[in-house]
Amino acid sequence: MGDLVGYLRDHAGQVAGLTVEHVTMVVLAVVVAVVIGVPLGIAATRWRRWERVVMGTSNVLQTIPSLALFGFLIPVPFIGGVGARTAIVALTLYALLPIVRGTHAGIRGVEPAVREAGLGLGMTGGQLLRRVELPLAAPVILSGVRVATVISVGIATIAAAIGAGGLGVYIFQGLAMVNDTVILAGAVPAALLALTADALLGLLERRITPAGHADRRVERRPA
Amino acid sequence: MYEIPDGRTLFDGLSLSVRPDETVVLVGRSGVGKTTVLKLVNRLLEPHGGEVRVAGIRTTDWDPVALRRRTGYVIQEVGLFPHLTVAGNVGLVPDLLGWERGRIVERTAELLALVGLPVEEFGRRYPHELSGGQRQRVGVARALAADPPLLLLDEPFGALDPMTRFDLQREFRELMRRLGKAALFVTHDVREALALGGRVGLLTAGGLAEIASPADFVTSNHPEVRALVGTLDQTQNG
Repeated sequence: MGDLVGYLRDHAGQVAGLTVEHVTMVVLAVVVAVVIGVPLGIAATRWRRWERVVMGTSNVLQTIPSLALFGFLIPVPFIGGVGARTAIVALTLYALLPIVRGTHAGIRGVEPAVREAGLGLGMTGGQLLRRVELPLAAPVILSGVRVATVISVGIATIAAAIGAGGLGVYIFQGLAMVNDTVILAGAVPAALLALTADALLGLLERRITPAGHADRRVERRPA
Repeated sequence: MYEIPDGRTLFDGLSLSVRPDETVVLVGRSGVGKTTVLKLVNRLLEPHGGEVRVAGIRTTDWDPVALRRRTGYVIQEVGLFPHLTVAGNVGLVPDLLGWERGRIVERTAELLALVGLPVEEFGRRYPHELSGGQRQRVGVARALAADPPLLLLDEPFGALDPMTRFDLQREFRELMRRLGKAALFVTHDVREALALGGRVGLLTAGGLAEIASPADFVTSNHPEVRALVGTLDQTQNG
């Protein structure tokens, strides 16, 4: 442990640089995954055929071993190649499932009576989505984003294998050198990063939970 | 006529009209299609035969959104938006209609006063902070928000305790008398139907078995009506 602290102190500049690379990859991937995943999740609640395609595809993506996915992407034109761009694409694909799932589950979880009331009052489909479904689904969607982020922080360590940088650089170096201290110099900051992201997003989740949300069950009870 | 997905046909030959200032209450067993009747009126459902007209225009010719904004809708489980305050719920339709902020605030206060929930005290509460009866009042206020000429009410007082229910029924009758709106109200409670309806109809799987003023309804010779009115006597005696 003392070795690790010493190592990190001696390489503070490099550690900071790798951490920034790591965070950048994860943030970009999660943002792209939200931009793609939330509309897909919404689409899945609207059309039955989409539901199967979207949920099936994102499930399958999740089962591909991450090292293999990074490898598969290298020869793909435009998005592939060696470097951070390929890594971000791979991370995005992994981040999709929890976000699509969360969006789908969140919107499906809105009580039918509430949806029906919205339509009955003359909301258009878009108004129902923006004013009712998304606000009520927001905590569930955000918990999907949270899971996606934590997973991405972990998987991003493997991105170093295709030259994308990040804290994985130390892990691979340490493995090659058979040096535990160097491995830990990558692994420990990465773990701390995951915990921090989880805590911050958890905080945000509680903040955006609509006031009446926690007690939605109460509404079902005949008074 | 309306066909449900399993192939059964509801209301083959149902004919009913509601005058601009009367409350018509349809009573019927569960599953007979009471809710369906209401949904045919605001075009949440469309008829497979025959036609439904609102203000003389076929529902299928109405823009569904425009139709629903001119039709107040109060449903069984209230359906208040849990993430909006009481004021937010009541002001929603005016907001959708693009009213100015000030006018919405004014209208919301007026309506909440009308249903006995002063805005200063209740406006900023959330639905889960209200009792069942209070929620129903908010549901009624919300339905009245844009002053629609027609109200559709789907067992609005069904989940309330008898005392609250009685109070709300009395208030509702008073409100309808004052506002002079057309209302189509469905319930499974014949006592409620007789208390609130200008006319009372019995809805059965075959269609509308009877429709008459409450006084004529209780003396009807129709066997199903007699059976229904009979249950009323029993509960009164027992």
